[in-house]
Amino acid sequence: MRQFIQGIAENNHYQATRLLQMLRQIQSRYHYIPEAAIEQLAGLLNIPRTQIISVVEFYSFFHLSPRGQYELLISDSITDHMLGKKNLLGYLADKLAVAVGQVREDGVVSLDNTSCTGMCDQGPAGLVNGYALTRLDRSKIDKIAELINQQKPLEEWPSELFQVDDNILKSGLLLDQQFEQGAALKSALKRGIKETLAEIDKSGLRGRGGAGFKTAMKWQFCSEEQQTERYVVCNADEGEPGTFKDRVLLNSYADQVFEGMTVCAAIIGAKQGFLYLRGEYLHLYDKLQDILEQRRRNGVLGNNIQDAGVDFDIEICLGAGAYICGEESALIESLEGKAGIPRNRPPYPVTQGYLGKPTVVNNVETFLAAAGIAANGGDWFASIGTEKSKGTKILSISGDCARPGIYEYPFGMTIQVILNDCGADDVLGVQVGGPSGSFISNQEFDRKLAFEDLATGGSFIIFNSSRNILDMVHNFTHFFAHESCGFCTPCRVGTSLLQKQIDKIVEGHGSAGDVVALEELCQLVKNYSHCGLGQTAANPILTTLERYPDLYQSRLKEISYEPGFDLDGALETARRMANRDDAGAHLAQTQMESEHE
Amino acid sequence: MSKTITIDGKTIPFEEGQTIMDAAMAAGVYIPHLCHQPEFTPHGSCKLCTVKVNGRNCSACTYPAMEGQDVLNETEELIDDRKKITQMLFVEGNHFCPSCEKTGNCQLQAVAYHLNMLDNHFPLFYPDREVDASHAEVMIDHNRCIFCTLCVRASHQKDSKDVFAISGRGIHKHLIVNAESGLLKDTDIDATDQAAHICPTGAILIKRTGYQVPIGERIYDHKQIDQVSLETEHLKHGE
Repeated sequence: MRQFIQGIAENNHYQATRLLQMLRQIQSRYHYIPEAAIEQLAGLLNIPRTQIISVVEFYSFFHLSPRGQYELLISDSITDHMLGKKNLLGYLADKLAVAVGQVREDGVVSLDNTSCTGMCDQGPAGLVNGYALTRLDRSKIDKIAELINQQKPLEEWPSELFQVDDNILKSGLLLDQQFEQGAALKSALKRGIKETLAEIDKSGLRGRGGAGFKTAMKWQFCSEEQQTERYVVCNADEGEPGTFKDRVLLNSYADQVFEGMTVCAAIIGAKQGFLYLRGEYLHLYDKLQDILEQRRRNGVLGNNIQDAGVDFDIEICLGAGAYICGEESALIESLEGKAGIPRNRPPYPVTQGYLGKPTVVNNVETFLAAAGIAANGGDWFASIGTEKSKGTKILSISGDCARPGIYEYPFGMTIQVILNDCGADDVLGVQVGGPSGSFISNQEFDRKLAFEDLATGGSFIIFNSSRNILDMVHNFTHFFAHESCGFCTPCRVGTSLLQKQIDKIVEGHGSAGDVVALEELCQLVKNYSHCGLGQTAANPILTTLERYPDLYQSRLKEISYEPGFDLDGALETARRMANRDDAGAHLAQTQMESEHE
Repeated sequence: MSKTITIDGKTIPFEEGQTIMDAAMAAGVYIPHLCHQPEFTPHGSCKLCTVKVNGRNCSACTYPAMEGQDVLNETEELIDDRKKITQMLFVEGNHFCPSCEKTGNCQLQAVAYHLNMLDNHFPLFYPDREVDASHAEVMIDHNRCIFCTLCVRASHQKDSKDVFAISGRGIHKHLIVNAESGLLKDTDIDATDQAAHICPTGAILIKRTGYQVPIGERIYDHKQIDQVSLETEHLKHGE
């Protein structure tokens, strides 16, 4: 092991900023991060061991204790649940003789849940040693169990298990573009750097991650900073449950995305760029490296690009399972090899970003659009869309519809049109923008996709009338508690309290006053949290409580006091110690319950 | 002419580079806080110092003071919400003031009194947390840690060591120490380190000193935390 760790450190030039990438290699080889590796790495990188431990314990894909040689993770996205995930997981656990969350005794396999893997259009999905598994069903699970029990190396597994389809079902301005490598750069350089920025400004392009900050303004601010070093970062940490468009863009449009980054670099004067790719998209890594290599060969990346004196290169950094790293300042922390904890702002990344230098962080789709605008001009883009939302939006559509997949629409499209296109009937409502977005009911389908009405990063999950909204709220609320970075009190404690409170109500332990308490807690978490995660974590509850107050009330018991805790549950330890489970060893929660019994 | 902001209608001068907290402290205005100490880089995590700046919630300890800011500090809403944030800190750990040797000297307890916190409001988490009494002179009671990182910062910035770090994610956050064994006795901490004395709660304690000052004669037994803070921290800040 010593030699292996030494080699990794050497290949990464003993740079602590590369810690995540090094830990990924160690986890992949040993299926955990051994203590000895931490000690050695701390010495080699000259950092305290605590810095490494805190990174290991922050990211879901790193472990301090051994996982199986086959690390199996099954996606816990609501869309996977809607496709029967719970049953499948149970079946898988039985087949492999391993409990969820555990490592099998022989150390061969471990099984657990993981947050949405971005395969909502082809779930139920999972990951094996980081590689995406799609369209899981019982026959595939039989196959997987067999392969694991035979200890077949992943390279020998049948490729259909790993097949990921693009599912582009409606293309528009961006997805229909005929792209010639280097063309956008050529136009930009010919037109002039300033003039190209003016075109981006004219296009009205706003950030596609959901927040919608004007792209030209961001680039302008960054270029005006009095610094010699600047960075361009492409945020491909697509973690919002229900979103998978970046997966498709990077699979089939990566060249344009890299070109958009290069145009940005030329405009702001950056020499180094990063693609921060979520760990769940490991299957794209080699392909993306090949495209970068090809761009270097063709003179559109590297030194003296297109003989215009522009030097710029792109490095791909993989994440390790943390939704919070989609937040731009947390992403930068992660790029620096640290836990993904959002920074205090100001200063914003455009003034102090990666290594304290001015940094532009944009979404994959934003760079794709920027490349198109650089090639075709601002009017090409601005002629489509609405007053405040120019151009098109690429949606990831999943849930209850006949044709889940990727759809590109001009901004301003109504929800009803989208639902018709993807074959959704009997719709109860749509979660627009993922768990951090809003739930809209079937009374609101005339609402429009636009920053001025329904802003979205692209997640569009459809629920039909057979679904229970509280199941969705329960899933989303647990997701946020799981993904909270824990930095600030309102989010760290608040998301856990929300989870407890929603469980209490969903499980039927709620009483009068509990919904009021829930709403009050929601406002606290929303108003006082440090970053977007906490500020939106209560949205699933708030947006459904507003629309379906009766649904929540109907789960409450008709008693006016609030039992502080689960009386019977609290006796569990005592029962275990006394080795008893008879009726006399149980307590009813309320008078009413005892009367019913 | 110096630049000014207003806090609850009162005009307060500030210098370029000061945070709202800095300006407030210098002017004798108390804003509740736990993770902040003027000698250390602001952290902004406890969120008790949240104030409304031109209508938006901001952490006073990290947010820069800027000309013309209209800051609200002691509104009924802010006081009530700060109380709830304090209650969150109480329920996520195991804080039993009557049996804690830090009682009367504890900033968490003092802030709770200041905000008129009379109950826990939220359900208690009762987490399983350990005590590290391995070191001869310093001990850690993880039950009382609120993840303010003051010990982390003090160890790094003042003691030029890195004894402490915060690890884990979300509600599983925890304090770790820099030793292969994971025990305090194997770190290079000394009882004279600032990091050993900075804890605002009773999570890091110096052994055999707990009751040298009797209950009734402790820091917050006769003074509210706002008064103590303005007297002592303002002084440090002026250094």
